[in-house]
Amino acid sequence: MKSVPFEYRAPATLEETLALLGKPGANVVPLAGGQSLLPLLALRQVRPATVLDLNRVPGLAGVEITDEVVRIGALTRLRALVESAPLRAALPVLPETAAQVANRQIRHRSTLGGSLCHADPTAQLPAVAVALEARLWLRSARAERSVLAQDFFAGARTTARRRNELLVRVEFPRTPGRHCRFEAVTRRGRAGFPLIGLCLAVSLAGSVVTDARLAASGIADRPRRLWEAERALTGRRLDGDLAEVLDAASAEADPSSDLHGSAEYRSHLLRTVIRRAAARLATEGSAP
Amino acid sequence: MTRAVSLVVNGRPYTAETEDRTPLCDVLRHRLRLTGTHVGCEQGVCGACTVLVDGEPVRSCLMLAVQADGCRIETVEGLATEGALAPMQQALMAEHGLQCGFCTPGVLMSLAYAERARLTAEETVSEVLAGHLCRCTGYVGIRRAIERHWKTEEAAG
Ligand SMILES: Cc1cc2nc3c(=O)[nH]c(=O)nc-3n(C[C@H](O)[C@H](O)[C@H](O)COP(=O)(O)OP(=O)(O)OC[C@H]3O[C@@H](n4cnc5c(N)ncnc54)[C@H](O)[C@@H]3O)c2cc1C
Ligand code: FES
Ligand code: FES
Repeated sequence: MKSVPFEYRAPATLEETLALLGKPGANVVPLAGGQSLLPLLALRQVRPATVLDLNRVPGLAGVEITDEVVRIGALTRLRALVESAPLRAALPVLPETAAQVANRQIRHRSTLGGSLCHADPTAQLPAVAVALEARLWLRSARAERSVLAQDFFAGARTTARRRNELLVRVEFPRTPGRHCRFEAVTRRGRAGFPLIGLCLAVSLAGSVVTDARLAASGIADRPRRLWEAERALTGRRLDGDLAEVLDAASAEADPSSDLHGSAEYRSHLLRTVIRRAAARLATEGSAP
Repeated sequence: MTRAVSLVVNGRPYTAETEDRTPLCDVLRHRLRLTGTHVGCEQGVCGACTVLVDGEPVRSCLMLAVQADGCRIETVEGLATEGALAPMQQALMAEHGLQCGFCTPGVLMSLAYAERARLTAEETVSEVLAGHLCRCTGYVGIRRAIERHWKTEEAAG
């Protein structure tokens, strides 16, 4: 339970950070909240030569809200997401979902960027990013590019991020009138890694769905949109008969079995969380 | 790589030589000989190693000692004053909030944070205690101790 020996670096500028990350042949891993990286180091599943601490780099944390987007720095703590009043007004599904991650102590350190880059296939926030078509901004010493969340997640703990790139910020588009909800069934208690998580985002005319986004975690090696279920839900009432939506979702999902639950159980839970999310949105709604 | 880190632990300054890879809990226990902080899982799950770093509850197995350089650390050793247990410690004892005591130092530090942050007893149980595993008490005694202590503090204003 001891990490391999490594060198710790904590540069005070983004330029120096990107230069270290981009050194050819260097085996460098970025350290954000450390709440996933330190266990991986202790288990020797990650064996870096250099651990690059991002915590002293200025400008990587913060929430900025414009008419078009909610822009969140990669190093923003989950606690800050939960406590941000402007964010709660602009995109409440984010603080509501962040509050379901782990526990208060871990949320004090965990960051949005770390949660996305860690790419656990059952994690909550990656599913929200996929459902809301978030754009992830990656920067290297030479260039900056952006990737849509659905293209960023490439498999379990695998992303489209190149080794010399840092995730610097995430942009969530704002869609006026859209209602969002994240529902999950977790392994233990109220918070913690879900067995199945679902982000449902809908636009409504009365209670009829005019546009639907569904993305789930725990149904594959990465969070995925449920395209057929989206089609089936469009034009239907949220409080109506959802059998076709549930069948479409079951047909698209491909969960696997592990010690926390069988594939069959997860398929069953997917139907449960879709029904719950729809029922909650139908009765409570949620700001866009 | 090794280097020297400076920590102020329970108000006392320390400097210790440490490897870059060493977590804070190991420096507290092995270098500073402050063995009140317990280490259970070493992967963030159990909460036994919780200490306060600049006032925030942190799992000391999930922070490198070098990251804590220059920080103010509070551990369970700092709770009692002149041999007299702090009120929260007494409440745990009175309500059978511990049996083997392995989880207790971490639980106490999270509770110290919750008290200062003025969380309610209910928030403390549902959100803060949720970050700790206790194999002995079934949490019932810890919960009663929290309720008792919070009530006493309220009465005292
Ligand atoms: C007991 C426990 C329960 C947990 N429960 C949950 C849960 O319910 N849901 C959940 O989603 N997570 C959970 N976590 C994980 C926790 O929230 C993680 O800390 C989080 O997912 C990663 O964030 P971090 O900031 O700690 O990242 P780190 O641990 O620092 O990093 C994680 C990975 O991302 C990379 N990385 C981090 N930031 C960047 C960046 N800006 N650019 C490029 N790469 C980067 C790192 O190199 C590393 O590979 C739990 C953890 C523990 C210990
Ligand atoms: S030893 Fe740190 S959380 Fe278990
Ligand atoms: S008292 Fe034994 S683990 Fe909590």
